[in-house]
Amino acid sequence: MSTKRRDELLIDHNHDGIDRRGFLTCMAWAGTGALCVMQGGVLKSFALSGMSGSMPAGELSFVQISDSHMGFNKAANPDVVGTLQAAIDKINALPAAPEFMLHTGDITHLSKPEEFDTVDQILKGATAKDVFFVPGEHDVLNDDGQQYLERHGKNVKGGGWYSFDKKGVHFIGLVNVLNLKAGGLGTLGPEQLLWIEADVKHLKHSTPIVVFAHIPLWSVYPEWGWGTEDGAQALATLKKFGSVTVLNGHIHQTMQKVEGNVTFHTAASTAFPQPQPGTADSPGPMKVPAEQLKTLLGITDVNYVRGRHALAVVDSSLA
Amino acid sequence: MKRSVAMVIVLVALGLVVTGPRADMGEAPPATEVRIDNFSFGPAELTVRVGTTVKWTNRDDIPHTVVSTDKVFKSKVLDTDETFSFTFSVAGTYPYFCSIHPKMTGQVVVQ
Repeated sequence: MSTKRRDELLIDHNHDGIDRRGFLTCMAWAGTGALCVMQGGVLKSFALSGMSGSMPAGELSFVQISDSHMGFNKAANPDVVGTLQAAIDKINALPAAPEFMLHTGDITHLSKPEEFDTVDQILKGATAKDVFFVPGEHDVLNDDGQQYLERHGKNVKGGGWYSFDKKGVHFIGLVNVLNLKAGGLGTLGPEQLLWIEADVKHLKHSTPIVVFAHIPLWSVYPEWGWGTEDGAQALATLKKFGSVTVLNGHIHQTMQKVEGNVTFHTAASTAFPQPQPGTADSPGPMKVPAEQLKTLLGITDVNYVRGRHALAVVDSSLA
Repeated sequence: MKRSVAMVIVLVALGLVVTGPRADMGEAPPATEVRIDNFSFGPAELTVRVGTTVKWTNRDDIPHTVVSTDKVFKSKVLDTDETFSFTFSVAGTYPYFCSIHPKMTGQVVVQ
């Protein structure tokens, strides 16, 4: 890939706070798909539509899907089964089968057993057999997540957090949708924060870290609850690592941001889009013409190349 | 626990006795419905008399809950057009929120 492409975006977010203009620029790529590669604190983003070659090869590639909201049947998308299936078809059509999938929550819309079952059935059709989940707030309704844990909580700690290693990359799945307080944002809680500290204590600083959780760990738009109260504390624990990638869902649109060694990324929903921050009265489902819907839904492909500074994150729409 | 339940029952009974005659005096009954629209409770603040039943209706395409901050009441998840009702038997201020979208807050003042 040439480093001087005409459609290359260079976004340097290497300072504190949110570079709103920066991430809005990134959002402009949503729907058409974007490849973002972080090098030395600078995010390089390429429009997928302008890429002619194949995707970068690496030691590890996996796919993130999010917010399938099984059971949702309102005007914004009356066929969430069809669009989740389209996402799986897209994954199955990748040149090489990804090692595994991450589902970053809101698997279901109303935490109903049949909704969980339907998603399980559809995911079985994917070439990537292993799926690692974290819950969204829609998966823990009425029972504080008991059913979710029974289904997807094998080998987890506390409210469902866990970690695992794949080809030298350390993955940390976090839960920030339980015990939410009035007026507040997503919450990890002191028990989970202590666990993260212990979990990464013995890792080498050169180990690439991937953190995944439902609600963004960074403050995307607190006015709509798009952030995590104690997310910064979790990230402070990971400061010593050279490469940290944070993958979230919840906001039903893709966004990226870089702060120091941390790359933040949110995935599109497979079910329905939500408005860009502050552009509507509320973050409710966005109704778009049927022919446009699939351009706003999608999957995220993540590629890890050993020796590179960061992971390459590629979004593609279902269209 | 049992004692507080008994207390509530007694107060409900008292509330009925007190509010009954007032209604006969032709006063307009206070609003007792809260609509959940666009990720907000409307009205966000509601003042009612002791013994009033307040009904919440979810008008959004997204499910919400109605949960008392002080754990006095808690709805199941409300899908579109589903409702939750609670009878306020004791005077006081009852802050509440949506436990799924905690930025959504409201308050019922019972006099």
